[in-house]
Amino acid sequence: MSGRAGSAESFAFTADNLKAAKAMVAKYPQGRQQSAVMPLLDLAQRQLGWTSPAVIEYVAEFLDLPAIRVWEVASFYTMYYREPVGRYRLHVCTTTPCWLRGSDEVVRVCKEKTGLDFGGTDEKGLFTLLEVECLGACVNAPILQVNDDYYEDLDADRTAALLDALAEGRQPPVGTMAERLNSAPEGGRTTLLEADARC
Amino acid sequence: MPKLTVDGIEVEVPPGSTVLQAIEAAGREVPRFCYHERLSIAGNCRMCLVEIRPGPPKPAASCAMPAGDNMEVLTSSPMTQKARKGVMEFLLINHPLDCPICDQGGECDLQDQALFYGADTSRFEENKRAVPDKDMGPLIKTTMTRCIHCTRCIRFAEEVAGVPSIGAVGRSEHMEITTLERAVESELSGNVIDLCPVGALTSKPYAFNARPWELRKTEGIDVFDALGANIRIDSRGSEVLRILPRLNEEVNEEWLGDKSRFAHDGLRRQRLDRPYVRRNGRLHPASWGEAFEAIRKRMEGRAGTDIGAIAGDQADAESMQALKDLMRALGSPHLDCRQDGAAAIPGQRSSYLFNSTVQGIEEADALLLIGCNPRWESPVLNSRIRKRWLAGGLQVGVIGEAHELGYRYDHLGTGGQTLRGAAAGRNRFCAVLKDASRPMLIVGAGALARPDGAAVLAATQRMAELNGLISGDWNGFNVLNRAASRVGGLDLGFMPGEGGANTGGMLSGAVDTLFLLGADEIDLDGLGDAFVIYQGHHGDAGAARADVILPGAAYTEKPGTWVNLEGRVQRSERATFPPGEAREDWAVLRALSDVLGRPLPYDSLPALRARMGRANPVFDTQDEIVAAAWGGAVPAGRIDDAPFASPVANYYMTDPISRASETMAVCTETFLAAEARNG
Repeated sequence: MSGRAGSAESFAFTADNLKAAKAMVAKYPQGRQQSAVMPLLDLAQRQLGWTSPAVIEYVAEFLDLPAIRVWEVASFYTMYYREPVGRYRLHVCTTTPCWLRGSDEVVRVCKEKTGLDFGGTDEKGLFTLLEVECLGACVNAPILQVNDDYYEDLDADRTAALLDALAEGRQPPVGTMAERLNSAPEGGRTTLLEADARC
Repeated sequence: MPKLTVDGIEVEVPPGSTVLQAIEAAGREVPRFCYHERLSIAGNCRMCLVEIRPGPPKPAASCAMPAGDNMEVLTSSPMTQKARKGVMEFLLINHPLDCPICDQGGECDLQDQALFYGADTSRFEENKRAVPDKDMGPLIKTTMTRCIHCTRCIRFAEEVAGVPSIGAVGRSEHMEITTLERAVESELSGNVIDLCPVGALTSKPYAFNARPWELRKTEGIDVFDALGANIRIDSRGSEVLRILPRLNEEVNEEWLGDKSRFAHDGLRRQRLDRPYVRRNGRLHPASWGEAFEAIRKRMEGRAGTDIGAIAGDQADAESMQALKDLMRALGSPHLDCRQDGAAAIPGQRSSYLFNSTVQGIEEADALLLIGCNPRWESPVLNSRIRKRWLAGGLQVGVIGEAHELGYRYDHLGTGGQTLRGAAAGRNRFCAVLKDASRPMLIVGAGALARPDGAAVLAATQRMAELNGLISGDWNGFNVLNRAASRVGGLDLGFMPGEGGANTGGMLSGAVDTLFLLGADEIDLDGLGDAFVIYQGHHGDAGAARADVILPGAAYTEKPGTWVNLEGRVQRSERATFPPGEAREDWAVLRALSDVLGRPLPYDSLPALRARMGRANPVFDTQDEIVAAAWGGAVPAGRIDDAPFASPVANYYMTDPISRASETMAVCTETFLAAEARNG
């Protein structure tokens, strides 16, 4: 999240981002440049911090699209923030697998620790709490996505520790918070044991 | 040609047809919300589900399913019925049950279809969602909680109107139809009200005015531009409450411009409801007898050559015929039906008609617009050009002002200089016209209503001949008239006779007694102390200058004939009676002719119409096009270099009715004045 620039009233890509945007547009076939709307919105959001109306107008003009079409895209995806957000965006997944594995606890701790409800941002601009649908990492449910990174295998204590660390400005290593490697079973392998025996 | 059966009925449909079209070809009905013949297929309302065999054991959306050979479609099987009931239950989950306070009540697709396919109770016990209303400008009232997300309005704005300003934001339960909080900037925006299958988008000016079953429906013809859109006039008692388009594939399809749809509230204001006579510089109310007597006194002993008549832009053919006969009887050669003085060759119909016909636009593959802004001069016609352009393969060139038209064009130049070059073949667009198989050009009042109009007309006609616009079965030369009365007036020969003055001449002293038939868009300052008789329905510019005012009927208040820009003779019926002592215009002229001692030879409308048929056999036809023979150019003068200026400065106010309309005043403020202030 480096190089924040621009305000809510007006927006323009920085020189670097302009170059990146042009490269993005060039990836699409002739006449289909409007397909670059999503990467461009992402680029703009990374520059400004959120997808402001000025960003939408700017991207629309950049791609020769009606503004409403860009707004449709920006409002469809939860990844585009249409309001200013905090330094850490906490996306809690509450879809069925995470919910079965205890996302309610994660939600409770997040709400208690930050004092926020879904969609809220605290006054210091540190946390924004968001409820999202499936993050596609159900094997390590429940998931809390902080900015671009996944924290996995959470429970109440681990969530509290994570939020405390973030509040102090430390960022714990991303990935699973449990004693396991990535998605491997906790406590070691449980299948293909015969293969080991043969070695 | 796929052959399939629908409920056992065998049908054969053109390739590319959908199952829904096949079902309609078989004469069966399918309920639908999102599907519309004139819009792209969305397939999102799911109401048109039917069972199709062979296929997966689930119903298919017939609007989006291509018809295939040997398909067996079942529109009333248990599977289809269950599917419809399920879809209807889902649609009603969030739709409020507020029909008693909804303006769509009584003409609502959802209401009607819920009657046939809905369950008697809902199983949904949770809260219904509520959606904030949106600002869509002064014409469209929104109640977005009622929206069922059929997306017809989105598709209309994007595809037909060409102003992609409506969209669906959010997702799933939070999806909302919205604009970017601004009015829909299109002259066709009112059509989304007709398209909306529920009460989400309704008419703001008509809000809470009436229920559809209270209204008397009269078939009429629109007079706010020369297209002659077919309309339905809905009235109650003496008031016109709303105007809707009527389906006519050859003219307006099923669209109507906003002015034509909403300006009718001007019919209630500024009306002339009794005769007036000017005495000592002031207009005083008078009786018909007194008004006629004042005219008789003026005409007494006056030479016919001192008398002139100008017909306005909304005059019906009957009153023009009666006025022409009266003027001839008085010995006057000074007649003109062209307030703007646009060039036309009398007696040569092809010189003032839209010869390709409106439907013919869809065959064109090259189009040159000269001195016209079709978006403002006839928005529905412009949507036909856009429709053709969207289909692909239409190249458009423009000589004149560069307006936002809803399609891309090559701006060749702004005025006379460019046209001169093009007429001599020195323009890049000439090659485009030559290469095209159905080339057409449209020349508007911006080019023809100038002092050098005759030269412009001759140059464009020559261009048509040189670039292959005229062939055996194709005439690509088109005049975009603005006035509803114009083609009718020209067909009747409401033109200067031998030695007669035209509008410009009459207004600058050629006559000392002038009869204005609803003519308000002319500069009356040069008349000096001439005696002016104004017959019309609104107290506008003409009435203000008049010495005698004869109150007439507006277009909804009389049976009348109008000839549209293609030369199509169309009849309109009377919806309401004119207010107060005002009378039908031809009858006023007939009565006046008696007082002047030169009675017109007809006492009834059929007799007058028979007289029109004798004057020009075109008037014996109705709702059809009589192709006009190509007359050829009559060389005349040199074209001035000046740029072509559009004759319409404000689409929303062009005539006495729309100038008196509050709705049009609000539109002017919203769409034009605010824009001008903000730069």
